[in-house]
Amino acid sequence: MNIPEALKYTSDHEWIKIDGNVGIIGITDYAQGELGDVVFVDIVSDLAEISKGESFGTIEAVKTVSDLFGPCNGKVIEINSKLEDEPQLVNSDPYGEGWLIKIEIADQNELNELLDAEAYKNSIG
Amino acid sequence: MKKTTLFDVHQKLGAKIVDFAGYQMPVQYSSIIAEHKAVRNSVGVFDVSHMGEVFVRGEKAFDFVQYITINDVSKLTVGKVQYSAMCYPDGGIVDDLLVYKISDEEYLLVVNASNKDKDFNWMKENNIFGAQLNDESDEYSLLAVQGPNSQKVIQKICDSEITMEYYNFIKAKCAGVDMIVSRTGYTGELGYELYFKGNETDAEKIWNALFDAGKEFDIQPVGLGARDSLRLEMGYCLYGNDIDQNTNPLEAGLGWITKLKKEENFIAKDVLIKVKEEGLKRKLVPITTEEKAFPRHGYDLTVNGQVVGQVTSGTVSPILEKPIAMGYVKTEFAKENDTVNFFIRGKEIPATIVKLPFVKK
Repeated sequence: MNIPEALKYTSDHEWIKIDGNVGIIGITDYAQGELGDVVFVDIVSDLAEISKGESFGTIEAVKTVSDLFGPCNGKVIEINSKLEDEPQLVNSDPYGEGWLIKIEIADQNELNELLDAEAYKNSIG
Repeated sequence: MKKTTLFDVHQKLGAKIVDFAGYQMPVQYSSIIAEHKAVRNSVGVFDVSHMGEVFVRGEKAFDFVQYITINDVSKLTVGKVQYSAMCYPDGGIVDDLLVYKISDEEYLLVVNASNKDKDFNWMKENNIFGAQLNDESDEYSLLAVQGPNSQKVIQKICDSEITMEYYNFIKAKCAGVDMIVSRTGYTGELGYELYFKGNETDAEKIWNALFDAGKEFDIQPVGLGARDSLRLEMGYCLYGNDIDQNTNPLEAGLGWITKLKKEENFIAKDVLIKVKEEGLKRKLVPITTEEKAFPRHGYDLTVNGQVVGQVTSGTVSPILEKPIAMGYVKTEFAKENDTVNFFIRGKEIPATIVKLPFVKK
């Protein structure tokens, strides 16, 4: 199981890479493995902001569908347009080319509530 | 949780294991899409040992099977297989199953894993003729070898010709083990199902023989995930999704196995005759769309904002690369080429009722 040390995690199996005010968000290796082949990443259209714990889209796999939840509040800067044609990048490279959205973090204090790699690892047993 | 004789093999192959029908079963090894395509393009092997095998024996075997199943067992000759179902007296489906005629006094009924205890109890309760019923599920392993190259693979390890027609079976030795070799499957491809007894060592011997013989065809292990997407591309019903105790075989599109004219009485005969006379209120139909949509079991189907049915199975077809679904739709909206909407998270997505199979063979 690949759980990079440098990232923060949520119990909803998302990761966020924090670089100053900017956060990049994706789903974890564990999550992509549980979902199986991803066939569509459906980010809410005209998404401008995300809210902590609220759905900003869904991820469709062959067998199942799963909501995407905001790890914190923030303004959306960029959506990974590559996933439109290649949703399988979420499976093959969940921490790299399979990233979902880039945000401007609204409140740094919220980040303290996220899990570090070890806590996330423990949460999935 | 039970394990099949091949559990260790699946684990060694790195399969994702899930609890299904009381068994720890492989749902996928590499990827559902890759496994699905391996079966359509070449050959794949499924461990489906969780399925139930009930033997019916004795002088009254025919009378019993004819009474408890809806298809006409008098049409079966030795060496043939029949797709059938058992119904409750109200016409609801107990289970769908395969009936094998082994001899005049021996039939094998192969039932769904998730139903096997319920089914066996149902058979015992309705054994009015006093046939001998034996649940031998725990003694049998079952491998499905499916795909255009399946015949070439099995022929290499089998001591008999396996060129029989679809829905026929023979008794033969494969990899030195006695088995039933049946030209059946749940994928729509040329394929075989191998029933054999024995322990883990025997099962692994057969598994390894198949993979050695299939090497030149890039034979792949295939999990329950691809089993489901393969059967849905053909429009085959899955018990618990498309059929259950609340659906009757006629509305499920299983009229072709519901032999209302068979001479002998069978459970639900009178009710099903009445259902047919009165006309169907709803029908199980295949639905697809060119839109980006992901219909799932339980989603509503709508016409002009009115709910007219529900999706019972849905996925993205790995071959067509578009959504495919089956669902019950009120009869007046259920004609081929009619438009119905998938109602997905508050949005109506237009779709069309089509003809089966989704993937033409």
